[in-house]
Amino acid sequence: MHQTPLLDQLESGPWPSFVTDLKRMAAKKPQVDDLLGQLERSYKDKITHWKHGGIVGVLGYGSGIIGRYSDLPEEFPGLEHFHTMRINMPAGWFYSTTGLRDLCDIWDQYGSGVLNVHGATGDMVFLGTRTEELEPCFQALTAKGWDIGGSGSAVRTPSCCVGMARCEWSCYDTMQACYDITQAFQFELHRPSFPYKFKFKFSGCPNDCVASVARSDMSIIGVWKDDIRIDQAAVAAYAGGELKARGGGSPWNKLDVKADVTDLCPTACMSYDGKTLKIDNKNCNHCMHCINMMPQALRPGTDTGATILLGSHAPILEGAQMSWVIVPFMRMEPPFEELVDLGTNITEWWSENGKNRERVGELMLRLGMRNFFQSVGLEPPAQTIRTPRANPFFFWHAEDFEAEAKGRKYIKA
Amino acid sequence: MADRITDIGPPHFEKFLPPVIKDNYGKWKYHEIMEPGVLKHVAESGAEIYSVRIGSCRLITTDFARDLCDLADKYCGGYLRFTSRHNGEFLVSDKAQLEPLKAELKKQGLPIGGTGHSVTNIVHTQGWVHCHTPAIDASGIVKAVMDDLFEYFGSHKLPAQVRISLACCLNMCGAVHCSDIAILGIHRTAPHVNHDRLRHLCEIPTTIASCPTGAIRPHPDKSIKSVVVNEERCMYCGNCYTMCPAMPLFDSEKGGVALLVGGKVSNAKTPPMFSKLAVPYLPNNPPRWPETTAAIRKILVKYAEGANKWERVGEWVERIGWEKFFEVCEIPFTFQHIDDYRWAYDTYRTSMHFKF
Repeated sequence: MHQTPLLDQLESGPWPSFVTDLKRMAAKKPQVDDLLGQLERSYKDKITHWKHGGIVGVLGYGSGIIGRYSDLPEEFPGLEHFHTMRINMPAGWFYSTTGLRDLCDIWDQYGSGVLNVHGATGDMVFLGTRTEELEPCFQALTAKGWDIGGSGSAVRTPSCCVGMARCEWSCYDTMQACYDITQAFQFELHRPSFPYKFKFKFSGCPNDCVASVARSDMSIIGVWKDDIRIDQAAVAAYAGGELKARGGGSPWNKLDVKADVTDLCPTACMSYDGKTLKIDNKNCNHCMHCINMMPQALRPGTDTGATILLGSHAPILEGAQMSWVIVPFMRMEPPFEELVDLGTNITEWWSENGKNRERVGELMLRLGMRNFFQSVGLEPPAQTIRTPRANPFFFWHAEDFEAEAKGRKYIKA
Repeated sequence: MADRITDIGPPHFEKFLPPVIKDNYGKWKYHEIMEPGVLKHVAESGAEIYSVRIGSCRLITTDFARDLCDLADKYCGGYLRFTSRHNGEFLVSDKAQLEPLKAELKKQGLPIGGTGHSVTNIVHTQGWVHCHTPAIDASGIVKAVMDDLFEYFGSHKLPAQVRISLACCLNMCGAVHCSDIAILGIHRTAPHVNHDRLRHLCEIPTTIASCPTGAIRPHPDKSIKSVVVNEERCMYCGNCYTMCPAMPLFDSEKGGVALLVGGKVSNAKTPPMFSKLAVPYLPNNPPRWPETTAAIRKILVKYAEGANKWERVGEWVERIGWEKFFEVCEIPFTFQHIDDYRWAYDTYRTSMHFKF
């Protein structure tokens, strides 16, 4: 066993220790002992000891496996190859113990036994195996009904919040949508053919528990169009302190409905006179604050669907972006054909026009929103913008004059 | 090969749902947080499910996964899930199992919490354990920070929820750009070009095109098939290294940690916000990164003291003003804080609305 005096210092303290866990596995698997040994070296040298990737994979796929090699293979022979496999997780990260144990058995047989629950995109990540184990491991996975996820310039493994499985706020079935989209894009997920990565994330309400607005090229966020459902008796129970503020998740038990809820409404569309909570629903911007505060009294309406936003990515290259609204409301019913069609149109436009390593949100800025909307067949909704342009530098196309002559505001897409 | 199975996608989630969830799918009525880490969801039918959330590592072994399975078999009818923030969740259908499960978790040292106004688990990346571009480790810093902030995981004493995330380089697999507190690994040296390796390993036009600031150009000596880097224009993003392995930018002394604060993704009250630079550099100091844990604690404590009820970190900072944020957190303001990248103008103050 390698000596790990620096890592050993991460075994104390109340938070669970990954070092303690890895040591258990290191006693059984020499490559995990080498993993600890090399990590200890990184702690000493303050640099990584993994070499730049390398192209490895399973037959017929171009994604799902990330090549990984140690730069100290003589010292840590177990890490000579230590590739990553991304396993497409079940929607909502639900597992039966049978399913999870199947995965453990496979990974114990073909790999290091070290994994992530879960990776940043949402996959279960198997860390560390040799090139020759990849295909047998893949076949063992598919035999049990599992498949690997996306990597590289492909559709990345879509992910979603817990949705209707265990949340009363979900405005559509996020898990079914995530599953159906994952199935619809299997080819694009496993065979990278895009300018860069493309992520879908599904959140059931504007609380956005999977950070879709920040972390996915295509963000599908649940929303309602009708009235917030109110149980006035429950509102009174919150006001009286019989029900706890925020469902019990805050330091304050008793809610001051005016100060804590209605006065903080961003559109000032609600009022409370001590007896009745009134909401001017036409002016509600569905921020979720009042619902978050009083989960037993308020619920989203029943005329529900999703808003489609597009374009977010982390700072590489032009600076971080959040997705912006392109379709204010889409009805979301299985098999989600409208969404699949829109996703297909968008990725085709991006594939035709995008430069190498250009995300769709960057392309939209480079070519302009008009080009985008017209190319993918969408009409421009006013909800797309926070504010119209403040400069006078706008263009007129011949087709605008034609539309004008015909009494329309623009050519129909 | 004929019967090789491909493109089946993940198993359908339905087979992993506890019966009470299957029966009440889409018919949940409300929830309560009974205590930190314990959720109760009630369906229209009156059915209930209890979820016990535990802090666990993102980096685990199959041994640990099997431990969780044993607990789920004993107390949850064989069902469990994980959250978007690397927490584990035990799904308890039988209320009588709740207290025994909690006792068992306590015995095994698995902390219960991460709900409501807590500091929940830190979303993070691989770091030195498995990545080729990190400036810092991930799991080790997360362990050190969560040890330090442990009291906030199992309690609801903050003005709002606080989401901490960590990415070990600017590529931000951890997408920390919308977190209340973001821990970011940064390189501070331009790549060292290995001309001999570059000739064999890299495509020169793609390497040049990979640089967002145009700092890379062909080697002026045409007989050398390589590139040179204008170091003054390099902002150490590592994008070129991703395209060309002959351009590593690691430096054991200069790499380190930056902290960004005030991001959120929820729409509650205010729209989603980006995290903004609070601390440009802290030393890379394994195994416990004391400067980083201390700086995070200071920001968290000042936020807890200064924020109004329900205010997220970003809402608090916007209300008091960034100049006041730097003052109360005793963070020196530097040139690095002033944006000079693509959309910098949006960040300059064009009003008299500031404080002395």
